[in-house]
Amino acid sequence: MSAVLEVDGLRTHFFTRAGVVKAVDDVGFTLERGKVLGLVGESGSGKSMTGYSIMGLVDEPGRIVSGSIRLEGAELTRLDAEGWRRLRGNRIAMIFQDPMMTLNPVLRIDTQMMEAVLAHQAVSRAAARNRCREALAWVGIASPEERLRAYPHQFSGGMRQRIAIAIALLNRPAVVIADEPTTALDVTIQGQILAEMQRLCRESGAALIWITHDLSVVAGLADRVCVMYAGRIVESGPVDDILDAPLHPYTRGLLDSIPARNVPGRPLAQIPGMAPAPIALGEGCAFRDRCSRAAEACAVSPPVSSPAASRTLRCLRPLA
Amino acid sequence: MSAAVDTPLVELRGICKRFGGRRSTRPVHALDGVSFLVREREVVGLVGESGCGKSTLGRIVSRLLEPSEGERYWRGRPYAQLEGRSQRAERLAVQMIFQDPYASLNPRMRVDRIVGEAPVVHGLVAARERDEYVARLLRRVGLDPSLMRRFPHQFSGGQRSRIGIARALAVNPRFLVCDEAVAALDVSIQAQVLNLFIRLREELGLAYLFISHDLGVIRHVSDRVLVMYLGRIVESAPAAELYSHPNHPYTEALILEVPRIDARRRRYVPIRGEIPSPLAPPSGCHFHPRCPKAFGRCRAERPLLREVAPGHLSACHLNEAP
Repeated sequence: MSAVLEVDGLRTHFFTRAGVVKAVDDVGFTLERGKVLGLVGESGSGKSMTGYSIMGLVDEPGRIVSGSIRLEGAELTRLDAEGWRRLRGNRIAMIFQDPMMTLNPVLRIDTQMMEAVLAHQAVSRAAARNRCREALAWVGIASPEERLRAYPHQFSGGMRQRIAIAIALLNRPAVVIADEPTTALDVTIQGQILAEMQRLCRESGAALIWITHDLSVVAGLADRVCVMYAGRIVESGPVDDILDAPLHPYTRGLLDSIPARNVPGRPLAQIPGMAPAPIALGEGCAFRDRCSRAAEACAVSPPVSSPAASRTLRCLRPLA
Repeated sequence: MSAAVDTPLVELRGICKRFGGRRSTRPVHALDGVSFLVREREVVGLVGESGCGKSTLGRIVSRLLEPSEGERYWRGRPYAQLEGRSQRAERLAVQMIFQDPYASLNPRMRVDRIVGEAPVVHGLVAARERDEYVARLLRRVGLDPSLMRRFPHQFSGGQRSRIGIARALAVNPRFLVCDEAVAALDVSIQAQVLNLFIRLREELGLAYLFISHDLGVIRHVSDRVLVMYLGRIVESAPAAELYSHPNHPYTEALILEVPRIDARRRRYVPIRGEIPSPLAPPSGCHFHPRCPKAFGRCRAERPLLREVAPGHLSACHLNEAP
């Protein structure tokens, strides 16, 4: 059993004045050591909130209502604030879309990086500094000793993201959660970051959750894929199965919407309508209003089935 | 007739644009000798990374910015001649669609005014016929006309994009400059809006300059593609040709770098280095510090756009026999 992270029946709900928003609703998956899991969905699908829940970063009025998150066998949902503090940035780390979410603009890079080491390890300041210098070199930053003394604004966007990655990996975490870290970057810089992440995970053995709206990025990076819609994982499985033979109409629709898979100049295959408001989602499959295969039976929430080995599906009328 | 067909809709020659540099500061060379043309009903894709000058070029085409050097022509006539009341329709014929469907709509105006104000001001419709006119435009872009009394915040991102498109169409343009017009949208909504652009082009006979960093989107909508790097066009070719036979090493790298659905657990082999600052662009070919094939001449001499195949231009010294 090499599962490093097991999420089961996770529900994160937000209790607003307008009603309950079920941002994450019965989400479960298993992540093995050194593997990459792609968590795919559009805005509001709950993919980022799943990541925040695993990091213990859900703020009021939201909370984890039920379910379990086990990291290396230990249950996280019952941790107190001090327990989370010992864990975050240590065994589990997060990389955000905007590296300035990680970096403090008024502190030098060395101050911020050394803080992350000293918070978790009983080492001297000199040793911590060495560790930071190695980490910067490891993510491909030239002359790391000088760059340690610089401020975040002195770096380009791609360089800042490399520093955020270096900080996430400083304490050799078991799991790294990356929330769209390349979305704001240019194509050539995105390629560089993807290459670095692949190498770093291979070398450190860290498992990676890559949260993205871009199925093409997942195709090049992930071992397994979970597709989310309206707070639920509607389909999951090995990357080749999901991309080559999707069973859920939503997955199929997403794949067909990608311009590169259509004949240039011709109308794109499109999913009609838009994602439902996350508030007051009623019973039944949340996709049924946009789904060409929907039937009366879809008014009942579809249970999770397992159509093949290591695949899951939440659909009563799957594609053949 | 044939003369009208041969005259390009828009032509730019030797456009340079510098920002700043008045006192002690150095100027930013946003555009450096850019020439291209767009024909009637043609969709020209403009692709490049951030800071390459593609948005500046779009703004110069749509006369939101004046170039520092160079000439602009609308149907063969210099932009400068299109002044005065009699030329208003010609000036309105180029309209712009902006990237951010949240920032580009006035949050305090209702949709009827956002879309209907310009055609009334310019005398295209009478004020009392405005609502009917707006309703027709909203239907054209796939929005329910009964929503025209609403404010922008009451719409989703995809719907706001449609409002921005309706606003541009309201003054009967012939040519739309679309600057990252679908970049902020989710994949399923992006497909809907791209389909709208394709349909409008067929229905209204529009031409587009479609600016995007997304090569997949550009490939899908464009007849011809321009690739920009640091203020210069480095390659220009029919879309299919560019993607199947990229000539410039930068285009080649861009196309290789794009994540693809059919490339699984691939090993990324990115081009090294970052996009240099336009404050101090590299000498010679701007791409030479990152180019795996660069040689001595690339550092010294700027390569010019030359035809490497019919209709296919590339600015690379490698194309010249040694």
